Amino acid sequence: MICLIIAKAKFFKIENFLFKQNSLHGGGMKIIVLAKHAPDPQSEIGIASDGKSLSLGTAVFDINDWDRYAVEEAIRIKEKMGGEVVVVGVGKNCDDTLRKCLAMGADRAIKIPFDAGIDAYQVAEVIAEAIKNEKFDMIFAGLMSQDMNNALVGGLLAGMLNLPFATAVTAIDINDKTVKAKREIEGGYQEEVELPMPCLLTIQSGINEPRYVSVMGIKKAKTKEMREVNVAPKSKKVETLRMYLPPVKKAELITGDPDQIASKVIAILKERGLIG
Amino acid sequence: MKVFAVAEHRFGELNPLSVELLNLANKLGESNAVVIGKDVAKFANELAKFSDKVWKIEDASLENYTLELYVDVLLQLINREKPDVILVGNTAQGAEFAPYLAVKLGYPIVTDVVAVNTANGFIVSRYVMQGKIMVDLKVSTPCVLTVRQGAFKEGTQKAGQIVDAGIKPSKPSARKFIGYVQPEVGEVDISKAEIIVAVGRGIEDAANIPLAEELAKALGGVVAGSRPVIDSGWLPKDRQVGISGKIVKPKLYLALGISGAFQHVMGMKDSELIIAVNKDPEAPIFGVAHYGIVGNIFDIVPTLLDKLKAKK
Repeated sequence: MICLIIAKAKFFKIENFLFKQNSLHGGGMKIIVLAKHAPDPQSEIGIASDGKSLSLGTAVFDINDWDRYAVEEAIRIKEKMGGEVVVVGVGKNCDDTLRKCLAMGADRAIKIPFDAGIDAYQVAEVIAEAIKNEKFDMIFAGLMSQDMNNALVGGLLAGMLNLPFATAVTAIDINDKTVKAKREIEGGYQEEVELPMPCLLTIQSGINEPRYVSVMGIKKAKTKEMREVNVAPKSKKVETLRMYLPPVKKAELITGDPDQIASKVIAILKERGLIG
Repeated sequence: MKVFAVAEHRFGELNPLSVELLNLANKLGESNAVVIGKDVAKFANELAKFSDKVWKIEDASLENYTLELYVDVLLQLINREKPDVILVGNTAQGAEFAPYLAVKLGYPIVTDVVAVNTANGFIVSRYVMQGKIMVDLKVSTPCVLTVRQGAFKEGTQKAGQIVDAGIKPSKPSARKFIGYVQPEVGEVDISKAEIIVAVGRGIEDAANIPLAEELAKALGGVVAGSRPVIDSGWLPKDRQVGISGKIVKPKLYLALGISGAFQHVMGMKDSELIIAVNKDPEAPIFGVAHYGIVGNIFDIVPTLLDKLKAKK
C-alpha cells in the first residue's frame, strides 16, 4: 500500500512535469486578460452637451490601472510556467492599450471594436462571443474600471461561461489543476479560496509591481498579432438618462500663497488645541 | 413592489449594511430579508426588526460564504418567490456574487447604487469616475442592485415574520473556502492615532514619504496612506486607510494628495478635523474635508513645516 502511494506520487510528479512542458494547450498556462483603454479620473472630465455622456477632450487615456496589474500577473505566470497570454480589448480606440500589453510581454491581442459605455452586460457579452473558440486555463480581469467603476465585467463573464470565479485577488498560487487565491475583504482581512481551472479571477491592485514597457518590448510588439473580431451585443440592460456633477458639501477653502495658507492652517490647529 | 435584501454576516456579526438594505426595501415596498448560513437564528431576529419577512436558508455547508452556494440557494428562492428587486450590499462578498447571480437570472444589474427613484420609472443613481460624476440609469425590473454603504441610513422599525425557506444547496461548490487570513500587524496602530498625516498618489514618489514623516513628527502624529501608496510599496499595508484597510477617527486628518475615492473616504470621514490638500479642485476629498487647500503639496508642506519648527 505504501509502495503504491510512493509510486503514484512519483507518477504524479512526472505527469506534472509533462504537463508543464507540453500541456493540453500546447505548453504551460494559457491566460486571457481583459484590458480596458480608459480615461484617468484624475484628469479634467466634464459632462458633454447631451447631458448624458462624458466630455473627455483633454482626459489622459491609458490602460485601466487594475488591468495593468492583471496583465503583469499573467505575464509573470507565463514567464515561470510557459504558455500564452492573450489580451482582449473592447472599444474602437483601444489599440494603444493593447499594444502596451503586447510590449509588456503578452503574446497576441484580440480587439473588439465596440463602444459600450456604461453597460457592462454588453461588454461581457461581446467578450464571451469573441473568445468562444479560445481554450484557456484562466481569465484575468481588473477588479473594476477606473472610469465607470462598475466592477461587473469579470463576474458577468464568469457567469456567462459558467466558470469558477473570485474577485479582488491579491495572491495566486497555481498547483496542478487548481489555483489557490487570496482575495481582499474588509478590515485588512483576506479570504483564501481554491478554484479548479479553468476559472476567472479579478485582480486587485498591488498584487505585483507592473513592469515598465521597454524599447525592445515596443519593437517586439509590432510583430505580434492583433486580430479584430466584430461582434455585437444581444441585449441592452441599462439606459443612461443623465450625467451630472454630484451635489456635494464643499470644504471651506483656505486660499493665499503658501506662507498665508500655512499660517491659516496653524491658526486652525491652535484654535482646536492640536498644537501649542 | 416585492423587494429582497440579502443580508451579510462574518465572524458571527451581522453587517450593519444589511439593515440599510432593508431601509431601502421598505421605501420601495414589501421588504424581505434573506439570511444564509449554518445557524442564522440570531441574525434573523435582528433583521425581523426592520423587515416584513425574513427568509432563513440554513445548511452546514453554508457556514462560510461561498459564491456558488449562495448563488445556488438564492436562485432557488428567487425563481420561486419572484421578487421585483434584489438588493445586495456592495461589499467584497456582495459585489462578488451579485453579477454572477444576475447573469443566471438574466436580470439587469447596477452596482454601488446610492439612490433609487420610482416616481417616473425605476431609476437608480451611482457615481462614476471615482466619485467625480454622478449618473442616473433607467433599469427594468426585475433587477439586481448592489447598494453603497451609508446611502440608506434612515429607516423604520418593523416586526417581521421569520420563515424557513426550506432550501438547501443543490450541488457542492467547485470553489472551496480555505480560511480567513488575519491582517498584518505593524509597529504603529493608525486606528489609535490622534493625528494622522495621510498621503495619496499626489506624493508622487517613495522619496517624498520622509517629507510627510517629518510633518507627522512635528505635529506629534503618524503617517498613513491611501491605496495607491500602499500598492506601490511606499508604506506598509497596516498603514492603509479605507474599507479594506483601517477605519480611523483621529482628532486631525491631514490628507495630502489624496483624491478621495469612496473606499478611502469610508475609512476617515468620521475624523474630527479633516484638512485636505489637492491640486485638483474637483477632487472628491473636498466633499468630506472641513478645510480644503487647492494647491501643490510640495509648496505648502515645507512652508508649514518651517513655521511649525519656528514655533518650537
